[in-house]
Amino acid sequence: MSALSQTEPAIGGAAPPRPLPPALWGVLLVLPALAMVALFFLYPLGFSVVSAFRDGDGAWSVANFTKAFAFYGRDILFTLMIVALSVAIVAVLAVAIGGYLTLGRNTTAVAILRWLYRWPLFIPFIVAAQMMRSFLAKNGLMNAMLVNGGVIEPLQAVSLLDWRGIVVTFVWKQTPFVALMVAGAMASLDRSGIEAARDLGAGRLRILADIIVPQVRPTLVVGLILSFVTMLSVLSVPMMINPNNPTMITVDMAYRINAHGDYGVANALGVVSYLMAGLVAWIYLSHGVRRGAGS
Amino acid sequence: MRADALAWIPRGIVLGLLAFAVFGPISNLLLWAFAEKWYFPHALPLEYGFAFWERVFRPRSNAMESLFTSVIIALSTVAVCLAVSVPAGYALARLRLPLRSPVLLMFLLPQAFPGVAVYINVARIFYTLGLNGTVAGVVLVHAVHGLVFSVWITTAAFAAVDRSLEEAARNLGASPLRTFFEVTLPMAAPGVMAGAVFVFLESLDEFTGTYFVGVPDVTTLPLLMFNASMGGNYQIAAITALILLVPSVGFMLVIERFLKADVLARIGH
Repeated sequence: MSALSQTEPAIGGAAPPRPLPPALWGVLLVLPALAMVALFFLYPLGFSVVSAFRDGDGAWSVANFTKAFAFYGRDILFTLMIVALSVAIVAVLAVAIGGYLTLGRNTTAVAILRWLYRWPLFIPFIVAAQMMRSFLAKNGLMNAMLVNGGVIEPLQAVSLLDWRGIVVTFVWKQTPFVALMVAGAMASLDRSGIEAARDLGAGRLRILADIIVPQVRPTLVVGLILSFVTMLSVLSVPMMINPNNPTMITVDMAYRINAHGDYGVANALGVVSYLMAGLVAWIYLSHGVRRGAGS
Repeated sequence: MRADALAWIPRGIVLGLLAFAVFGPISNLLLWAFAEKWYFPHALPLEYGFAFWERVFRPRSNAMESLFTSVIIALSTVAVCLAVSVPAGYALARLRLPLRSPVLLMFLLPQAFPGVAVYINVARIFYTLGLNGTVAGVVLVHAVHGLVFSVWITTAAFAAVDRSLEEAARNLGASPLRTFFEVTLPMAAPGVMAGAVFVFLESLDEFTGTYFVGVPDVTTLPLLMFNASMGGNYQIAAITALILLVPSVGFMLVIERFLKADVLARIGH
């Protein structure tokens, strides 16, 4: 039987007269999907980088960057600080949640936490933005509850719809994502090291900081990098929570396009956002190399 | 016994604060969806009702048209993604491919770059092609973004299929094509479905790409919600947001049935 002699089944739209080598079949089958990424992602990405370095007449120049830094230099810093602060808070909360899920002694409390923390994960960013827009406003539900609960006076109510609102929304949305990854990694750790430390009388915080976190650091870093890039990509949250100055560069890019049709400066800001994402990717890669050298 | 009861005081406070942080904003949305009259400093709405629901669900209302547009776009996005991901996933799982890992990483790129500037330029390119403001243009943008889910999960699903079953079918004389459609694909189907659902949700909730490429003619549900919210119409925004939440939360409850551990462990490998 000829079927026995053929180890790799060749799959295709029509039976070929002579079977193609499997590798060639593989390339043909992957090609349409790759072409989509190349045409509708890589090409526009390259287009944006090239247009950032061209002036109005099509000559090479850095004028767009000079203008971008002059107009939006403060927003670039503001963006970096918001995203860095959000990522830092997410890291602390995610480790705390994962740590309690792993080390918590009370099964009821662990079960409640496990049920509780995941909810924002499946809520779209745009919906989260709308929730926070009405929750954190000066006359929003949070202040109304605090006033009615006697915590603050009505005159003390302040709107959190500025940088704080953006940070709150980002942390609210991204913490469950990172916590889920970190908790998964913690659950698959070898328990014997933890038990040994516990027998030697180490406290739970000490075990978390000295034994668990170093082992799940790669997972934690990947989760934080993905969150970092996500925060740099989300337009709806800064637009709906804090569209006024200073704001995030995503809003500035949309403004340059919608109000001025100014692709040059918008693309220059885009390149700045790629560089920010590239910076954290580089930190991750160097971290990975160091880890590889250490093991 | 007493020490255990005392330990519930800090536990209760922390869990209570967390519950407030998680459910405060969510309940806020629910209240707005049913509030007819609500102003500061009243903690709760003064009047509840369904007047705004009638406005949203009235036949041929803006919201119903947007919902229809959103569902059409999401279904088309799933169709496009599956059409290219099923062959790609099979090849990545089963055939010897040169540069397999870089190829897998390529599909992650659209998610790994800050997207706004890319969408601006997609819109610019689509404008010259006449794709701007069309459903087809929006579908392409959503599909590229969703490919990472469909390709990676489909690849993992095919990799989890037992090879010996395929070999048995081939030994019994089934053609490669028949083996694929009657053995491999049905066994990988739950994983392929899970990928499809991820793509569907990603498309349904997508805002930024639609904002740049869909204007002015394609208004999906997220865009309608955004416009309602920016216009200060919080009831309409809240109801639209709830409509968007239903599929996401529903999926959260059934995901574990679709995505089995053996597939989950292979994603990205």
